[in-house]
Amino acid sequence: MKKILSADEAVMHINDKASIMLGGFMCCGQPMDLIEAIIRKNIKEITLITNDAGLPGIGVAKLIEQQRVAKLIASHIGLNPEAGRQMNSGLMQVDLVPQGTFAERMRAAGAGMGAVVTPTGLGTDIEKGKQKLTIDGKEFLVELPLRAEFAFIRADIADKYGNAFIAKAQKNFNIVMAMAATETIVQADKIVEPGQLDPDMVTLPGVFVNTLVEASK
Amino acid sequence: MTADQKAVKRERLIKRIAMELPDNGLVNLGIGMPTMVADFLPPGKNILLHSENGFTGLGPEEKNPQPGHGIVNAGGKPVTIRPGGCFFDSAMSFAIIRGGHLDVTVLGALEVDEEGNLANYMIPGKMVPGMGGAMDLVVGAKKVIIAMEHVNKNGESKILKKCTLPLTARREVDIIVTDMAFIRVSPHGLYLEEIAEDTTVEEVMQATQATLIIPSEVKKF
Repeated sequence: MKKILSADEAVMHINDKASIMLGGFMCCGQPMDLIEAIIRKNIKEITLITNDAGLPGIGVAKLIEQQRVAKLIASHIGLNPEAGRQMNSGLMQVDLVPQGTFAERMRAAGAGMGAVVTPTGLGTDIEKGKQKLTIDGKEFLVELPLRAEFAFIRADIADKYGNAFIAKAQKNFNIVMAMAATETIVQADKIVEPGQLDPDMVTLPGVFVNTLVEASK
Repeated sequence: MTADQKAVKRERLIKRIAMELPDNGLVNLGIGMPTMVADFLPPGKNILLHSENGFTGLGPEEKNPQPGHGIVNAGGKPVTIRPGGCFFDSAMSFAIIRGGHLDVTVLGALEVDEEGNLANYMIPGKMVPGMGGAMDLVVGAKKVIIAMEHVNKNGESKILKKCTLPLTARREVDIIVTDMAFIRVSPHGLYLEEIAEDTTVEEVMQATQATLIIPSEVKKF
């Protein structure tokens, strides 16, 4: 059985300079209560690992607007002008990672793989400083696993073992991030007793989950 | 050129790209002009659209999304899913892309060159939106089609001998369709296979910095 805490309790032990993975794609499938809890606790200088910089005023964009992020590891920041502004002024360091490599590096971290070997990024700036391998006559880039101290995940339903159902296009990075972090906090719309979530409906196995937070209505 | 004329030219190139999509194909459309291809899918062909944030069966925009709608396109706009589609996570989505299971990707470009190199994710010091899924899409899709204006805002050719901006991928582009031309990328160079109905081969060559190979017959579209 997993700990069930309020959003504020769940982030109480997270300090400045923490590395945090944040699920969601353009704010879809993002754990908004956990973002608000980080803001309330005034956590700063975060290394934030999330697909994108969001849309102005929503979700992840609030963390950037409030200058809580020292370093952003993402695939795309184009729809939030403030992120570009902070990057250009040197206020926030931005590491851009191809989206598929981003997903696979986190999967690798959670799956015990030593590296990802991918054709993506060959012949581009992405290959700078990276090892290359030739396998069966084809060239590949070696990309390293991506880990974090914390993952903030959003689910529709979780049972008390942490098994979670994530509906529709909200799965996105919520699964690989839950796998890649030392501590995974899941914000679920609804927390149910074991047995009330059909095992066939589980998107994220509870083994990857440490803490549950029930979402505010 | 008036906005109306521009829209007509744009629609013509979008329709031309739609004709290239294979029956029963899986297709990913980039944000912006490529998205418009969805409105002109050829009748009689069954085409499944892939959205890299995690589903197949991408449908039209949802005009009145309810809280918790849970389906957006890669640009973050609420959309719908069509019968026959399904949801998956990002790792699966890019396994589909990288693993050679995607038939076509249609993307915009800042520059394309004679070798089929593509630059479309940043202008150093100016605009750095990031590559998103583009690097994986271009490397993984069986066919890469570029949809773009033939020249940039300053009237300069976007089809170059050699790209000057940071590359999205090396030698992956197959077809370039612009408001002026349909160009096929081959190991020998760029073949001007078709030109728009309101232009001439000479005009296209003049608007193109790259060397174009002109076949004996150039069709119109």
